Amino acid sequence: MKKTLKKYQPYLWLASFAIFTLISFLVGFQPGKDISINFKQFFIEMISFIPFLFIIIGLFDVWFPKAKIEKHIGQESGIKGIVLVILLAMLQAGPLYGAFPVAYILYKKGASIKNIFIYLGAFSCLKIPMLGVEMGYLGWKFTLVRTLVSLPLFIGIGYFMEYRLKDKNFIIYDIKNKP
Amino acid sequence: MINNAIIFISVSIILTLVSFFIDKKKTLAGLKRGLMMFKNIAIPFLNILILVSLLIYIVPPKIIQEYLGAKSGALGLAIAAVVGSIALIPAFISYPIASMLIKQGASYTVVATFMTTLMMVGIVTLPLEIKYFGKKVAILRNVLNFIIAVIIGLLVGLIL
Repeated sequence: MKKTLKKYQPYLWLASFAIFTLISFLVGFQPGKDISINFKQFFIEMISFIPFLFIIIGLFDVWFPKAKIEKHIGQESGIKGIVLVILLAMLQAGPLYGAFPVAYILYKKGASIKNIFIYLGAFSCLKIPMLGVEMGYLGWKFTLVRTLVSLPLFIGIGYFMEYRLKDKNFIIYDIKNKP
Repeated sequence: MINNAIIFISVSIILTLVSFFIDKKKTLAGLKRGLMMFKNIAIPFLNILILVSLLIYIVPPKIIQEYLGAKSGALGLAIAAVVGSIALIPAFISYPIASMLIKQGASYTVVATFMTTLMMVGIVTLPLEIKYFGKKVAILRNVLNFIIAVIIGLLVGLIL
């Protein structure tokens, strides 16, 4: 019982909204009608580009496999190191906490403190899938300006973190293998 | 909006064709993977759209303009930064919210700050981050990112 409930829980919200809309139209409840018209517009906006964005993301994923690239990135230093970690971060998707395990891998492979934090910065604001939705919803100008403004700032954070933590025994823990 | 669709549709078609000519198998795998990812995000995305449809009906534009608009000043910035830091909405599905806010009169500064803190600062996930980096580093990273998110918001607002 509990299991089935959990399985259908994501659809609960959707199902109640569908019922609410249906009833609104049946009894002529104006606010309900208005809300469903809003929803229809948002839905059309979404369906007109998001599936295509995912086609692009899917193709990217097979042509530039993250795991393989991860293997080759790590110890490079200087500009090349920075560019590589940023490119690696751009290929990722998902929430920031998904980046911590990769940060651990980079750390294990001897990436500098600076590059680890630049990776986290790039992960949070330059992921390609995210840039895609952002352009779709807020326009390419917004994306361009936000990206160009953010880039130097999180690279700066990388340098600052390295300066602060250099002689302080910086460690990233592997929480999977922790006792 | 229609322009957007045209751009995304044509880019995806061109990429698919190019990819298909180079490697059929890889292309099919890519399309499949994309579809799978879309399937995974579809329900949460629809839920957010329901939420936005409700919000846009309940919250009058006047209130959004007042608290998150160009004249909201430090208050708008603070609301955006704090809510963005606490909320645990994936950035990916929060863009409809951002777009709705802008259409209803919120300023670019507020929206850029909200989106940036949403992406870079995580109060709710801080305990997890501490497990990886230790207390000091995790807190330092979040504080620094909070500060630069506000700077990013201000600069984006200034430029746009």
